[in-house]
Amino acid sequence: MKSRTAGRSRGLATARGLAAHSGLLLFGLIMLYPVLWMISSSFKPAADIFSNLGLWPTNFTLDNYIQGWDAFAPGFGTFFVNSFVITALSIVGNLVSCSFAAYAFARLEFPIKRVLFALMLLTIMVPAHAIAVPQYILFTQLGWVNTILPLVVPKFLATDAFFIFLMTQFMRNLPRELDDAAKIDGCGFYSIFGRIILPLLLPAIATTAIFTFIWTWNDFFSPLLYLNDPSTYTVPLGLRAFQDSSGDTSWGPLFAMSTLAIGPVLGFFILSQRFLINGIATTGLKA
Amino acid sequence: MVAFVAFPMAGSLYLSFTNYNLLQAPKWVGVANYVRLFQDPRYLKALGVTVTYVGVSVPLQLAFALLLAMALNRGLRGLVFYRGAFYLPSLIGASVAIAVLWRNIFGSGGIVNAALGFFGLETKSWVSDPSTALGTLILLNVWTFGAPMIIFLAGLRQIAPAYYEAASVDGAGPLRRFLHITFPLLTPIIFFNLSLQVITSFKAFTQAFVISGGSGGPVDSTLIYSVYLYSEGFVHFRMGYASAMAWVLIAIIGTLTAVNFLLSKYWVHYEE
Repeated sequence: MKSRTAGRSRGLATARGLAAHSGLLLFGLIMLYPVLWMISSSFKPAADIFSNLGLWPTNFTLDNYIQGWDAFAPGFGTFFVNSFVITALSIVGNLVSCSFAAYAFARLEFPIKRVLFALMLLTIMVPAHAIAVPQYILFTQLGWVNTILPLVVPKFLATDAFFIFLMTQFMRNLPRELDDAAKIDGCGFYSIFGRIILPLLLPAIATTAIFTFIWTWNDFFSPLLYLNDPSTYTVPLGLRAFQDSSGDTSWGPLFAMSTLAIGPVLGFFILSQRFLINGIATTGLKA
Repeated sequence: MVAFVAFPMAGSLYLSFTNYNLLQAPKWVGVANYVRLFQDPRYLKALGVTVTYVGVSVPLQLAFALLLAMALNRGLRGLVFYRGAFYLPSLIGASVAIAVLWRNIFGSGGIVNAALGFFGLETKSWVSDPSTALGTLILLNVWTFGAPMIIFLAGLRQIAPAYYEAASVDGAGPLRRFLHITFPLLTPIIFFNLSLQVITSFKAFTQAFVISGGSGGPVDSTLIYSVYLYSEGFVHFRMGYASAMAWVLIAIIGTLTAVNFLLSKYWVHYEE
């Protein structure tokens, strides 16, 4: 495109560029307006929220945050701690279990490996609801309801097939000569994994960690099933309970807590944008 | 993994042929649950709502994704910025926070009405009117077009500029270049995005649940599949019935994916 426009008049190209930029900017603004408006409204006094549709709070206040924080007992402090604990353990669980499973698929020879690999791929397509009922029955009988165990333990057993697939594909592209060289130098099965494979696997590990973070942080379905006691609620559950109890009246505090709820994801996104997007482009990840 | 995925699946299949309420032992009832499904007006309603939801939102979402990907793939400055801005809704679109926001902006006192009122147009509560409630959910799903857009963008990068140069020399305009170069070469990616979005949209839950206050209302107009499944299985504890619903859903998604694969022979173009 560039080479063709260079021959024509410069003014035309600049005008078209400007038109494209203003079109895209306008469209982006319309798309993001609701989110920006929510963030800005969380700093406005109640009277201003619906009378002032601008994005800059003229009467800046933190009242919404103070009110919202303790609006639903035992308070968002507890919900955030719960969410962080579950998310952190899920990331650790996924990293450990998925990288081990992937190592087995990529480097070991064992009977029915192909069958198992195909089965694993099939489970990516199966909706979570299909296994929710029996899992629920199992966890209820184990007495795990209202604990974080049903949300965290499966992660340590390599149930996120997508990440196993991602890591297996990545490992298959690592040259086997490295393994052989390490073996000659006296490395065993586990030290090859720890010293050779893991350091090279870093990009796949980062992708897994980031997406486990986002999915677990936003997850609503599983916590809704297993966490019934408000003291065990995660942030999404707390937010929903707050909305239901306030009955569409205290929008200011609701927006404040919603802003805090998406805060970690937004922060993570801004920090790792380039990396994250390359990850999606190469693996086809759906966020 | 076998213990937590394959085993429960077998369990779920077995349960779908029983009545089970968690308290008494499962009672074998044969295919009765499946028969009852297709006589249950709420189930049929849920099926219809879900098909509308997927059928309308997925094509729109993919169209936006492709359009924006093409607009961004012209060597514009600030690509990283635009890409990030359009992708952002995909990251937070499934969160409760956004559902809360959606319920507000399409509610009676929300900003959509404020804007419509400014132009002197009709205002109403879009989320509590049965004829528009599903529309707000569809809009929310379309809003998250960023993820497929990124994948399209990566695909567009793979198309060699030489094709376009040759076509320009032959006098092909933008429309012909799109129809004869971009679209055919992009079909494998369109196919991939289509399969993925159909699967994920069938599984949608959080937004319909939160916006309707857990009921799938008003008047069941947003009773999408998984919301009804949740209500039968985990509110009324009809575990057998819910398992039967889950298996019909697996069958639907499986069939659609298979049909998609079979049809792909006729429209998806792979370069040799």
